[in-house]
Amino acid sequence: MAKVLMKGNEAIGEAAIRAGCLNYFAYPITPQSEVAEYLVRRMPEVGGVFLQGESEVAVGYMLFGAAGAGARVFTTSSSPGISLMSEAISYLAGAQCPAVFVNIVRGGPGLGGILPSQGDYFQATKGIGHGDCRMLVLAPASVQEAVEMVMKAFPLAEKYRNPVMILGDGLIGQMMEPVEFPDDLKTEPSNKDAWASNGMDTRKSKTRNLVKSLFLDPAALNENNLQLKAKYDRMRKEEVLFEKYNADADYRALIVSFGTMSRVCRTAIDMMKEEGIEIAMLRPQTLFPFPEEAVADACQKPSCTHVMSIEMSMGQMVEDVDRSVKGHVPVSWYGKCGGEIPTPEEIIDVVKSRIA
Amino acid sequence: MGKTFKRPESLTDAHTHYCPGCTHGVVHRLVAEAIDELGIRGRTVGIAPVGCAVMAYNYFDCDFQEAAHGRAPAMATGIKRVRPDLMVFTYQGDGDLASIGMGEIIHAANRGEKFTTIFVNNAVYGMTGGQMAPTTMPDQRTTTSPLGRNVNEVGMPIKVAELIAALQTPAYITRQTVIKPKYINKAKKAIKQAFTYQVENKCYSFVEVVSTCPTNWGMTPLEAVDWTEKTLLSYYIPGDYKVPA
Repeated sequence: MAKVLMKGNEAIGEAAIRAGCLNYFAYPITPQSEVAEYLVRRMPEVGGVFLQGESEVAVGYMLFGAAGAGARVFTTSSSPGISLMSEAISYLAGAQCPAVFVNIVRGGPGLGGILPSQGDYFQATKGIGHGDCRMLVLAPASVQEAVEMVMKAFPLAEKYRNPVMILGDGLIGQMMEPVEFPDDLKTEPSNKDAWASNGMDTRKSKTRNLVKSLFLDPAALNENNLQLKAKYDRMRKEEVLFEKYNADADYRALIVSFGTMSRVCRTAIDMMKEEGIEIAMLRPQTLFPFPEEAVADACQKPSCTHVMSIEMSMGQMVEDVDRSVKGHVPVSWYGKCGGEIPTPEEIIDVVKSRIA
Repeated sequence: MGKTFKRPESLTDAHTHYCPGCTHGVVHRLVAEAIDELGIRGRTVGIAPVGCAVMAYNYFDCDFQEAAHGRAPAMATGIKRVRPDLMVFTYQGDGDLASIGMGEIIHAANRGEKFTTIFVNNAVYGMTGGQMAPTTMPDQRTTTSPLGRNVNEVGMPIKVAELIAALQTPAYITRQTVIKPKYINKAKKAIKQAFTYQVENKCYSFVEVVSTCPTNWGMTPLEAVDWTEKTLLSYYIPGDYKVPA
């Protein structure tokens, strides 16, 4: 298959279509508006649905309605817009409907900035919506990986009947990289007749389906939550994804880093290797479920005296790293906000000072 | 001799939780009759609001979704865009539609999304215990306007039918009431017409139904009917505000 040079935002839009998702509702926000500008032309070519909603609030509920009626559906947004979709995501989780959300993260909090950031880690993995609501969170580090994660997100959302998030950042959205769309990642939408409000005639059924999240009876609501927890527990068992870099060496420190930040760390690791300093990296590809066991294992290496979480934020993933390391070795954090991306040289300086 | 009056197929046999003198029961029935008469129950999806009708899905016998407060028009948009063959209606109260959901209803109506809205306007927030609504009348006492709605502080009540009729695209906008049989007959025709337009894939339809809330108005059902006729209907004037050409 030939590779095409594509801007991340456009590749993400194309990836959804190649995955068999032909329904897109969205609202413009920097740095991801190009997805809508690409799909407005592309969706009609494939007989799909495109609608620019009036706000991210409305878009979240357009997704919920469409998903509840059994359609495969996705949206893209960026940090403040994702905040506006928080309630809808909670409703999707509570009503057990699948949908895919892509967050091209920008600086925050508040209006923040338009440059890349990783400051929505907590939001995505711990607080995406009120109640006991979790999302499976995938974190790509390249445009190619973003394409593959988007394509995998749809069957995952349907497997769990839960919203799924791709946590990108402004770099992923704006960079142009060579990309291919693997045919074997195209999937057919699952049959949703068991639960979707897709019309009784569609199902040839005489009983109605209700898409709802209200359970006033405490036993019934507890039961719904037990079902949700079972799904999240299953995600923890079956969906953890991560990559290790230079882990065969006797590394003196372990860097934990995700997304585009991990690429800078990789360069730093290569540069330190040339100086004779071995450092390894564990790159989570799923942020929820977090690769706790893998991090715990990786810091057991006798030569490893330090674990560092390097993030484009004021330190969010570091708390999950800390929890996984369980005090075996010291854990610290390094990062920057505002779109000030740490350079390899900075990282090298910090790592050296921490392992000294 | 057979039965001449029975429960519509589109209603379940559940006992509703609505108060004595509440008009939800009448409106539910009129909507269900329209669905039955048009033969569309098998492809209808209703969207329940947050409000007294939050459990409308227990009373209507067709597919239903439960919306977040105010968001039903956005959900209806999502459904209609991916499944234009489904008959979709939103059933909303004054808090749901005219307060938190004002953005969603205006935009869905303005885009001309081809679903039907039934707007139950009883000038108060019923389910949460009687707070002031955007449709509460001047000087009307509610739990959050205990001395009466002070229009100098919070403005005049909103006439939603007129507001939506001011947009160019929405084509069928009507206001009805169901407090007496003569009004019910007209309301039935309007509601059936609204659903008929959707069957014909013609336009967005909006039916406002001026309704009673004896419990939160602090009145008996008969006093509530009286007050509706004297005070509400002289401000929220029934009639067709827009009819498709």
